[in-house]
Amino acid sequence: MEASGVASISLKSTGRSRRRQRTNHVAQGASIFAAFLAIGVLALVVISVLLRGLKALNLDLFTKNQVTYGETGGGIANGLVGTAIMVAIATAIALPIGILAAVYVAEFGGNRVARVVKLALDVLNGVPSIVVGIFAYALLVVGSGYAAWKASVALAIVMLPLVARSTIEVLRLVPDALRYGSYALGISKWRTVLFVVMPSAIGSVMTGATLAVARAAGETAPLLFTTSIFLPNQIETDPHHAMAAVPLLILFDSESPDASLNNQAWAAAFVLMIFVLVLSLTARYILARRERKLRAR
Amino acid sequence: MDDPIATPLPDSLASRRGLRDRFGDTSLRSISGLAAVGVIALITLIIYEVLDQARPSIRIFGISFIWHQTWNAVTNQYGALDFLVATLYVTGLAVLLAAPVAIAIGLYLSELAPGGVRGVVGSLVEMLAAIPSVVLGLWGILVLGPVVHNEFGPWLNDVLGWTPFFATRPISGSTMFTAVLVLTIMIVPITAAISRDLFLQVPPDIKEGAIGLGLTRWEMVRGVMLPYTRGGLISAVLLGAGRALGEAIAVTQVIGTTAHLTANLFETGDTLASRIAAQYQAAASNLQVASLFYLGVILLAISLIVNFAALLIVRRYDIAQRV
Repeated sequence: MEASGVASISLKSTGRSRRRQRTNHVAQGASIFAAFLAIGVLALVVISVLLRGLKALNLDLFTKNQVTYGETGGGIANGLVGTAIMVAIATAIALPIGILAAVYVAEFGGNRVARVVKLALDVLNGVPSIVVGIFAYALLVVGSGYAAWKASVALAIVMLPLVARSTIEVLRLVPDALRYGSYALGISKWRTVLFVVMPSAIGSVMTGATLAVARAAGETAPLLFTTSIFLPNQIETDPHHAMAAVPLLILFDSESPDASLNNQAWAAAFVLMIFVLVLSLTARYILARRERKLRAR
Repeated sequence: MDDPIATPLPDSLASRRGLRDRFGDTSLRSISGLAAVGVIALITLIIYEVLDQARPSIRIFGISFIWHQTWNAVTNQYGALDFLVATLYVTGLAVLLAAPVAIAIGLYLSELAPGGVRGVVGSLVEMLAAIPSVVLGLWGILVLGPVVHNEFGPWLNDVLGWTPFFATRPISGSTMFTAVLVLTIMIVPITAAISRDLFLQVPPDIKEGAIGLGLTRWEMVRGVMLPYTRGGLISAVLLGAGRALGEAIAVTQVIGTTAHLTANLFETGDTLASRIAAQYQAAASNLQVASLFYLGVILLAISLIVNFAALLIVRRYDIAQRV
């Protein structure tokens, strides 16, 4: 700026300063307006889903199975059981593999290897879930038919990068002093990793995994190709058979011309959303608190 | 590696515990290494398998599949042009709408909002990023669709009917316009949460320096914060675009799944992902299935390119990993 003569600067605001202040106010106002508009719209979406869902909610939803087309009433009990089982199997697959891969990257891998694995995880995370769906279809379903465990494999592929990436982050936050302290006591590397590093990280690893579970519970595209679209109307517990799932029920009910099925979709969406939101909010809250604590150490 | 443990232990100790620990170290290293290699193998296998399934279609139509428009199950002629264009069109518009709004939310949450609001609205935004897409699609088809059909449609057609974008009134709520709005709602929270984290990373020194020089808050944002975070913001937007590109379910629910090569947003459309989702079960011939896989190959290629671009830029920033 022109700061030539200090004495000549007047502290009274000139036209130029007023213009700058005006621009500042306009820009801030626009930013606040845009933010409020967007947050308002987003809140509106959530509230409208929750309200409609709440209105359609009844006990039958949890106790009765889906009815065959044309009948009225019924619930989503078969979908709830199916989603629970499929997500549980997916978690059982993704959790150990994801955590082990993260342990390798954070504890064993040199820089080069770690970077390649991290890159693979990032790429995997960028694969659209519908591509994961057709991949699982091509690999597992073609020639042998639909089964719930195949849907679990597809869901596990969606969860894997989420689990591994959050675990890597957490392991990186574990202070090196802990590792060196353990080595100094003559404790071997594998014991250090399993009994010193992991215990201090496991809480955050699990919260990261919870976020992945929340994501998997709402995934629809991978299920479309791996567990049948002709959903069984009874509760199915054998993972070798096709299972109904809550997201699939919402999808089909939402496209149905039958208003009572639309209502059931709202109720199912309510249940799914509450589950996902509670899970992810709690996990994020705990994660943020733990991370603050770990960073502070 | 370069760990202190690699230094040899005294002989007495080494002989007593060496064997078990060497065994433990090797096992943990190889088991975890196996998992890590498995991740690399998995991504390779995905790419290979999708390409392999698409092979019959690739052999017959070749690269010209990309710019051929026909999709006809009766004559067994397939081309991706309609879906490719619709995907880029719908995603592009959604990103165009979402990016400024998301960055504004990021700025508001990091700079302007009072402390209490920051936490509440911040977690609201993160919560919205977790909504399953099928729920958004449900809202899109049953709530937004009728509004587009009865309110937005006629109104935008009256006011902006002279542009190619709103040339006709929608004949139902299932339009590309609805899909654009649903995708926008989907990617705003993701992009907003990342931009907020980016803005929070700007060192206070340079912000205070700017204020100390007499800049107004807006000038500080424009002159210091935006340049500092530019790369990160671009990749935040790209990550959002990647999500929108590959979104199949919500789009299938609202877009009408009939392809038209038109700029008119009130026509139905069909994206790569929604065509795969909608036609999969009804595929009549092997060639049609292979062509759907070919669409999958194109979709995979586009989203990998977008994500790679985002990664290359993001390398330089320590963005919290949330997408």
